[in-house]
Amino acid sequence: MKSRSAGDRLFDIGVYVLLTIAMLIVLYPLYFVVIASVSDPMDVLAGKVIWKPSGFSLEAYRMVFKDSQVMTGYRNTIAYTLAGTALNIMLSIAAAYPLSRRNLKGKGLVMGMMVFTMFFSGGLIPTYITISNLGLLNTFAVMILPTAISVYNVMIMRTFFMNSIPYELEEAAYVDGATHFRTLYSVVLPLSKPILAVMVLFYAIAHWNSYFNAMIYLSDKERYPLQLVLRTILVQSQSSEEILADVQGTFNRMLMSETIKYALIIVASVPVLCLYPFLQKYFVQGVMIGSVKG
Amino acid sequence: MTALSTRTAMSTRRERLGRYLARNWQLYLLLLPVVAYFIVFHYLPMYGLQIAFRNYSVRLGFWRSQWVGLEHFERFFRSYYSTQVIANTILISVYSLAVGMPLPILLAILMNEVRNKAFKRTVQTVTYAPYFISTVVMCSMIYLFLSPQSGVINRLLMALGGESIYFMGKPALFKTIYVLTGVWQYTGWNSIIYMAALSGIDPQLHEAAMIDGAGRFRRIWHINLPGLIPTMVILLILNSGSLMTVGFEKIFLLQNDLNRSASEVISTLVYNQGLIQHDYSYSAAVSLFNSVVNCILLVTVNQIARRVSETSLW
Repeated sequence: MKSRSAGDRLFDIGVYVLLTIAMLIVLYPLYFVVIASVSDPMDVLAGKVIWKPSGFSLEAYRMVFKDSQVMTGYRNTIAYTLAGTALNIMLSIAAAYPLSRRNLKGKGLVMGMMVFTMFFSGGLIPTYITISNLGLLNTFAVMILPTAISVYNVMIMRTFFMNSIPYELEEAAYVDGATHFRTLYSVVLPLSKPILAVMVLFYAIAHWNSYFNAMIYLSDKERYPLQLVLRTILVQSQSSEEILADVQGTFNRMLMSETIKYALIIVASVPVLCLYPFLQKYFVQGVMIGSVKG
Repeated sequence: MTALSTRTAMSTRRERLGRYLARNWQLYLLLLPVVAYFIVFHYLPMYGLQIAFRNYSVRLGFWRSQWVGLEHFERFFRSYYSTQVIANTILISVYSLAVGMPLPILLAILMNEVRNKAFKRTVQTVTYAPYFISTVVMCSMIYLFLSPQSGVINRLLMALGGESIYFMGKPALFKTIYVLTGVWQYTGWNSIIYMAALSGIDPQLHEAAMIDGAGRFRRIWHINLPGLIPTMVILLILNSGSLMTVGFEKIFLLQNDLNRSASEVISTLVYNQGLIQHDYSYSAAVSLFNSVVNCILLVTVNQIARRVSETSLW
């Protein structure tokens, strides 16, 4: 191994220093939310919490977990995410598989129809009126049907089907008399586990994090997903009376409502942020496959 | 004679089509719900866009509401706020692009120079993480950190002898807050695509340059950076197609009456006029104007890119 020159080493140090700074900038706000959520509200408000928690307390978490609005939101979000992702995956396969076949007549037409919607849409109001005319307002279905297919994800899946599954394998299945359903089920899907994992993640996270459709299509608070409950408490700063029910005095309530916000952020983000490092490989793969087609 | 051969040709063609369908009907069956989805949730609304030229009434529906031509468009352009809203939209887009485009490239180039696998992986895991935070959580973090009473940033300012600033109430600061928090959230994730492009660069180029005595900085400048240009062009085209679109979700949550003069963009105007004021046709007209401009921009930039650099979407 040739020893590196001084300039080279200096360059390396520069790279490591810059990247470390970048990491700290990303990490600090996340770290701050964590320490603020377990600190004494008084110290958070007084600005004493900067580097480490002060006056450790899990009171905020206790309050968050016993709030019925938050818990209903959590349950709803889980239901929307599970049902929505299942529908997403089925429809995406139903779109991507035929479109990945060579010589399918009418393929161009369907592709064109899908891609066009990436660049042009009816916009908010006509979509809202359509959904309303279909009688979908304030239903479970409105949380999963309008976002049932993402064209971008279908394109990723289609690219995978075309590039990663040997054509000979499918031809062999065809010669053996397998139907398309059979080939899809027994040959293509078992070989597509990596891309299915990516799709599940992309879709599930989109469901977990979205609030917009819920905000415009739902009016019944019992149906609100977590993100919409969060919006009420965090952004509009309207803590529910219930969440603070056993806190005495206006001042204490104001104090507590601050730490509750930090705790809520954690509670809402932890499922995704904890899962993600283990699945990072798949996410990155998804983006890469997506970029190849570009 | 000719009639007979035409008939046989037709019947063989029909037979061939029959055989083709017998073999492939399952593929069409799969596509059926997909096509139905796009018709119902994408093309019906597009059909409904005609309300931009009508006075939409719920009772009469898309087709029979009174036709008023370009009245709603004229109203928008005559309104006192149209220039400001369009300017806000474009400024925020351009600002985001100007700051948000170079940083992921820089990050990818730096990460590409790291030889220690564990360190590289750590940097990636950390910098990608904010991408997974929801918009609602992101915006509440912004509010909490910038709060005039308890926010960390103001605490820091006061500790340094400054005065507490009500950041979210200052129109002059709005765009910067929007853009910089976006940088925090998306720089890592956006660097992935450049990492992919960098890993596709032929190592022989680097070897050859090394033999010629090129240092690392020069190799980055003359090999890696040119290698990223096609990716940059594609992303620039895609972004220019949405130059007149600023995502609704984040801006809506950060908007308040104090900063509205800087934060009202087309998408929030469409929401406020449409779903809050129930001025459906007007709102649809504003949004149609926006979509058409976006399409024109996308096609134009794509044409230019094709002429200049051989890289284009189509």
